[in-house]
Amino acid sequence: MSIIVNNLTKIYDSQKAIDNISFEGKQGEIIGLLGPNGAGKTTTMKILTCFMPPSSGTASICGLDIRTQELEVKKKIGYLPEHNPLYGTMYVKEYLSFVSKIHKLKLSSAQINSLIERVGLEREQRKRISSLSKGFKQRVGLAQAIIHDPEILILDEPISGLDPNQLVDIRNLISELKKDKTIIFSSHILQEVESICDKVIILDKGKIVADDNIDGLERNMKDAIEYEVEFLNAISIDKLSTIASGINVKVSNHSRNIIKITSAADIREALFDLAVANNNKLIGLKSSGSNLENIFKSVTKDKEN
Amino acid sequence: MWFMSQSSVLSYNYATMNQLFSIGPIVFMFLIPAVTMQTFAEEKQNRTLEFLTTKPLTDWQIISGKYLACLMLILMAIAPTIIYYISIVQLGSPKGNIDNGAVIGSYIGLYFLAAIFASIGMLMSSLTSNQIVAFILAAFGCFLMFWFFDFIGNLPVFFGNSDDLIKSLGIDYHYNNISQGRIDSRDVIYFLSMIGLFLWLTFVSLDRRKW
Repeated sequence: MSIIVNNLTKIYDSQKAIDNISFEGKQGEIIGLLGPNGAGKTTTMKILTCFMPPSSGTASICGLDIRTQELEVKKKIGYLPEHNPLYGTMYVKEYLSFVSKIHKLKLSSAQINSLIERVGLEREQRKRISSLSKGFKQRVGLAQAIIHDPEILILDEPISGLDPNQLVDIRNLISELKKDKTIIFSSHILQEVESICDKVIILDKGKIVADDNIDGLERNMKDAIEYEVEFLNAISIDKLSTIASGINVKVSNHSRNIIKITSAADIREALFDLAVANNNKLIGLKSSGSNLENIFKSVTKDKEN
Repeated sequence: MWFMSQSSVLSYNYATMNQLFSIGPIVFMFLIPAVTMQTFAEEKQNRTLEFLTTKPLTDWQIISGKYLACLMLILMAIAPTIIYYISIVQLGSPKGNIDNGAVIGSYIGLYFLAAIFASIGMLMSSLTSNQIVAFILAAFGCFLMFWFFDFIGNLPVFFGNSDDLIKSLGIDYHYNNISQGRIDSRDVIYFLSMIGLFLWLTFVSLDRRKW
């Protein structure tokens, strides 16, 4: 295990930013860190990168403790902070060679060029960082994080604000990097997380509410499949409730006869048969399968109500 | 110094550089906060401090790097004043009639002064994320450290040696000593320990993020 987090808690003043969280990550794994705003994603990352220590609990990176072996841990980590801070007055190449000096790397200019090529900055390499567009700045930030070939890559919202093409590029780059690294990655774009992450950790109010791979999450959430059914004529709720056991029926729109049903079993066939048997017509059937968005909604919203 | 009639090198009639060393503190009180105001305030504003502190660097390395950079910049700002020295040496009657000891001592004193001001400036910059606030705090801090203890020491409320003791906490007291060409180890220790104190406070202030 290259990342082990154990009962980590961080308290700001009186508020618990993260509350007793534990998880693990191994090499070659991309971990998606999800959660609503203020759930503690960034705090978790700041602790892992030794920006600030936890209030209690421990974490280790490649077997090194984040409290006692700070400097060693920092060498193993590539970190792209939220909002991607860069020195705007520097030029792209100048900045990258500055970062390589911080890491005490003696990179030849050919090595820096190959890094620039890898993140797709060839055309912008002679520009000042402040004059780059957001997507290119993001690439500079990413280049800065991978310059020393770290074993752990921590990316705080690396894909927010990118256009669809840039999104694909960055996604490919991240998947490419995954081979020999552990990547922790936070994002609001759930489809992205779904497509590249091996494992998803959902945080809510500082607590881990889900920690599994995507298949596992979907299996656990089977009962959350929601069907939205529209009938031509009114239909009695009682009859609907009998088509399968353990279902929850709710009328969402009376005038249009739209009914929402949550069920663990597949009830689509039964719904059709019921409509035929009652001389009614089924004119709409939408099943919002248990994708990550639903999982996210259900695990983070339930707690509020 | 060339143009202000009060202190113009050309019309002052005396072969000394005292004018430079007496306006030095006042100029530095504004110049140095302007140099140091961005050291940490800008990093905080741009969040690049998060970038720096998550790199394999210790806080001391960051502070000393920034401090040395400020000192270099100040050195470059002082360097052109050598022209005054050269012209006074050339224009002196007889030629070369200048108290070299006092000039060298004064330069050392001026640089120590700049070094203290820079450490105060860095401390103030590490306290805020606004550069303007950092500038004002630093200018005020320099002013306090330079003259305030002298003011207080001059108040007629102290017994025995206590007024001297209070004066000796201020920079002015030690700066005057060195400016006269007397490099006393007590003054040097004062300057070095003050610089150490302010850099340490900067370290503490930077460390606050961990509390």
